[in-house]
Amino acid sequence: MPTPSSDAPTTTQRQISDEITAFGNARRGTDLAQPALDYTPYRSSILRHPTQDPHPADPEGAELWAPCFGHQDVDPLEADLTIQHSGEPIGERMVVTGRVTDGDGRPVPHQLVEIWQANASGRYIHQRDQHPAPIDPNFTGVGRCLTDAEGTYRFTTIRPGPYPWRNHRNAWRPAHIHFSLFGTDFTQRRITQMYFPGDPLFAYDPIYQSITDPADGALLVAHYDHDVTTPGWSTGYRWDIVLTGTHRTRFEPDEEGEA
Amino acid sequence: MTHRATPGQTVGPFFGYALPYPGDNHLVPPGSPGAVRLHGAVRDGEGNPVPDALIEIWQPGPDGAVVRSAGSLRRDGFTFTGWGRASTDAAGHYSLSTLRPGGEVPFFAVTVFARGLLDRLFTRAYLPGADLGAFPADRRDTLRAREESTGYRFDIRLQGEGETVFLRFPGHRAD
Ligand SMILES: [Fe+3]
Repeated sequence: MPTPSSDAPTTTQRQISDEITAFGNARRGTDLAQPALDYTPYRSSILRHPTQDPHPADPEGAELWAPCFGHQDVDPLEADLTIQHSGEPIGERMVVTGRVTDGDGRPVPHQLVEIWQANASGRYIHQRDQHPAPIDPNFTGVGRCLTDAEGTYRFTTIRPGPYPWRNHRNAWRPAHIHFSLFGTDFTQRRITQMYFPGDPLFAYDPIYQSITDPADGALLVAHYDHDVTTPGWSTGYRWDIVLTGTHRTRFEPDEEGEA
Repeated sequence: MTHRATPGQTVGPFFGYALPYPGDNHLVPPGSPGAVRLHGAVRDGEGNPVPDALIEIWQPGPDGAVVRSAGSLRRDGFTFTGWGRASTDAAGHYSLSTLRPGGEVPFFAVTVFARGLLDRLFTRAYLPGADLGAFPADRRDTLRAREESTGYRFDIRLQGEGETVFLRFPGHRAD
């Protein structure tokens, strides 16, 4: 087993957990749906969060629209992360599916969804990931798809493992899949993370806990859905995604059936 | 009825093998007719470069019309899609090749993602000369791209002196 390097962080999980509790108490009842950008238990945020309130602005011009992606952009095979190499990746094969809707409950059709994730042992194919867990030669962990006319996305992949990181001593991320989403207007752009139900690491993770209202944090947790499983082949999880409201009042005719 | 939005989360440290793709920052080929460069540095609260940020831009064409063409991920070299993505390098620098945006008050709409940034930030890079009277007088310069011989420079300061004005759109929750 490798010994931690000499510059390993010295803050303990106990200290971080105390900060998580204190921050949660201070923000209780403030109805913050989004992560607190100045969430100091996540150490990297300390020098990277704006200190000024965001300036209120009405979307203008192109901001009322989102970029278009079409079938020339994404091959349908990119939605299956288990077929990108010559062999089967190791781990729990699963389908992850759900709907992308806007703040008014309308589907976000024909829009790009990008995902990336660690392999079953918690290792990314990234040169800066030094976690001494095996790389799976049959798993890269990157996928893309377009939502269908009802806003549904669907990926076949491997359940990722939790992994250690350097926020504090013995810090572990709960297993998660990174999701990148576009809406029907620019202001709905969102990057987030999907988690798995009942993960014992939630309480210890400052990134998950940066969403200080537990009801909002729960929106990031997929649920197991036996109807999504494939007999003899894969388990299944469902995770629906709600973007903020669109600022155009109705769909323009050219949006229907496009792409 | 407005539904509660799914919260954002940081893009993390490992997006670099997933989100960048060939040609992501070349909305038009560099050096092609009308091509301009939009570039700058992303810095943190101590003025240090942020080498693991991702910048996205979205803009109208030079005629001011909103672009409705697909093809941003597999660029054909001829179709202007109005959308692009650029990672910062070790010096915190990003660079895009694009066209001048048109319209009444032209700007590049900009989204900023980074490790350490728990949610994305929105801002605008206005072309020189824009009337920015709606923004605080002492900070509006942070929204101006500076003209250069090859295009524009737009630096982004996440925190501290010269902190960029970031935007909140209606319906976005305070955070
Ligand atoms: Fe991750």
